Amino acid sequence: MNLRKYFAAFLVLAAFAVTGCSTAEKPKSINGAGASFPYPIYARWGFEYESLTQVKVNYQSIGSGGGIAQIKAKTVDFGASDAPLKANELAKAGLVQFPMVIGGVVPVVNIAGLAAGAMRLTPDVLAGIFLGEITRWNDSAIVEINPDLTLPDQAITVVHRADGSGTTWIFTNYLDKISPTWQGSVGTGKAVDWPVGVGGKGNEGVAVYVQRVNGSIGYVEYAYALQNDMTHTLLQNKAGKFVGPTMSAFQAAAANADWANAPGYYLVLTDQPGDESWPITGASFILVYEKQTDAATAKAVLAFFDWCYKHGAETAEQLHYVPLPANVIEMVEQTWKNRINADGKPVWP
Amino acid sequence: MSTALDKLVAVVRGGGKVSETTPPTGRADVAFRWLTAACALLVILIMAGMVVELFYNSRLSLKEFGFGFLWSTDWNPVLQKFGAASSIYGTLVSTILAMVIAMPLGVLTALFLVELAPPGISKVVGAGVELLAAVPSIIFGMWGLFVFAPFMADHVQPFLQQWLGFLPLFRGAPLGIGMLPAGIILALMILPFITAVSRDVFAMVPSVVKESGYGMGSTTWEVTRKVTLRHGIRGIIGAGFLGLGRAIGETMAITFVIGNSHQLSASLFEPGNSIASTLANEFTEASEPMYLSALIELGLVLFFMTVIAQMIAHFWLNRVRRQMGDGL
Repeated sequence: MNLRKYFAAFLVLAAFAVTGCSTAEKPKSINGAGASFPYPIYARWGFEYESLTQVKVNYQSIGSGGGIAQIKAKTVDFGASDAPLKANELAKAGLVQFPMVIGGVVPVVNIAGLAAGAMRLTPDVLAGIFLGEITRWNDSAIVEINPDLTLPDQAITVVHRADGSGTTWIFTNYLDKISPTWQGSVGTGKAVDWPVGVGGKGNEGVAVYVQRVNGSIGYVEYAYALQNDMTHTLLQNKAGKFVGPTMSAFQAAAANADWANAPGYYLVLTDQPGDESWPITGASFILVYEKQTDAATAKAVLAFFDWCYKHGAETAEQLHYVPLPANVIEMVEQTWKNRINADGKPVWP
Repeated sequence: MSTALDKLVAVVRGGGKVSETTPPTGRADVAFRWLTAACALLVILIMAGMVVELFYNSRLSLKEFGFGFLWSTDWNPVLQKFGAASSIYGTLVSTILAMVIAMPLGVLTALFLVELAPPGISKVVGAGVELLAAVPSIIFGMWGLFVFAPFMADHVQPFLQQWLGFLPLFRGAPLGIGMLPAGIILALMILPFITAVSRDVFAMVPSVVKESGYGMGSTTWEVTRKVTLRHGIRGIIGAGFLGLGRAIGETMAITFVIGNSHQLSASLFEPGNSIASTLANEFTEASEPMYLSALIELGLVLFFMTVIAQMIAHFWLNRVRRQMGDGL
């Protein structure tokens, strides 16, 4: 009996020794899961990074909710979410959060004969349409801000996302900020109780519905609007200027944001100040544990993101994502240094 | 527990009711009996496991909303208030629409194939029907969205509105997506099942009986109505419930065309949702425990709806058997 016990103890020790040895080496792969919005760029970065360093990055695009659940269950090395977690949620789970890329959400319409970027929308009108208060395209509120357009006497069909999504979160967060009625009746969420409209599954679903239904308005990620050649609108920003969705307008929103005073980088880039800022901008976030169990893996994960920050900007722009401003990158790496540790020792740099 | 187990063992060994059949003799027989019993038991265990799991994981929402969940029209992930009414309504309406369209069409097609069509045509059409059954549901969904929805929006819905627009069923903008297109796509999906089963049922009507009918001077219509249909009624009902079973839980195709809105509306033109489409859409991003729990409770509701449909099927089949007699 005793002998058996000793043998078992020996086995356990041996197992520890073996795993200890193997983790001391450079890990061959790092695993992440989460938001689908940044999937194309994470996959591309992962591919480029692997060809340079032989470290494989597995990123599963299972949705922000799934990403948060997976990192909490510790089945992945990092999680990704389009909606930032609040500082108290982060503290509760022992997670560190930082922004990775920036993207924009764009209202798109389908009105016969209307050119892209021709229609102007104010925050009030946009909220009115999505609340179901403005129901026809020739409503005086729309005509008033578009004196040059001849708008049809046509019913407005609102198209929204049917699935829960980070895009919806950013869009509803914007409406929540600019419309007290929206705030009181609908609110912010990855899925909300839409007052009107039809739901499409995924960005592609919304894009298809908007292209199919005459007189419709929907919202999609910038890349989808661009790739599908959709009719986007101009939007009035916080500074009162009408701006179009462009890379520089997203960048302006990110640059004007006050990251330094946002605990846990909980900052939503909607309705940011600045003449150039596109009002419905959002960042996509990465979640990692503050206390890492395995220093080598933790370091590999951070090394990958460091590479993305420093060498991934060009690739990001090719895929219509906006890289973070340099000052924000510096702040984030400082956060890594101060907060992320394994066995009490800082992991980075 | 032990007595139940003993009983089971007795049944398996041939000591229970089953012993009416030949008791097992050789070693292989005994082994085979145990093997088949184990397989049958596995089905029961899986079913029980699913029910337990569904109940357990939906306990949060069961406790919070109680029976009100079934008739509440709320579906608000922001306020974490959930009710299944719009999803149940959508599931029922789309399924009923599908049945109303597919049942007569399927039975008529089967009658044509068995009774009227020349063998050559019957073979070709029959193969076509079976091929339709093999089309994956995602294909139906995509076809529905890209081809059928525009057709509905441009031709069918304006036509319906012109002639039947006074009915609340046909109000609203003709979007091409919504409850009606979903019902029609579902009908197309279950049509091959109903047709194939009905065809087999009709083909099994003894030709002696039919020939007697013709010998008595009956017309084709009379033979069809009084012999073939009467003979096949149980099979037709069975075929119907097979189709119903598929329609009620169909997910992918529906998600594409139903419009995915949680608003309740009497109009068949308006977008709606079904239990299956809600689950398909919202499960991945439901991170809050209450939200997840409510979705699992929706699954539980769907489970019970299917069970109830099955029970009605059994009840009905028995009644038909009593009314019409076993043989004819």
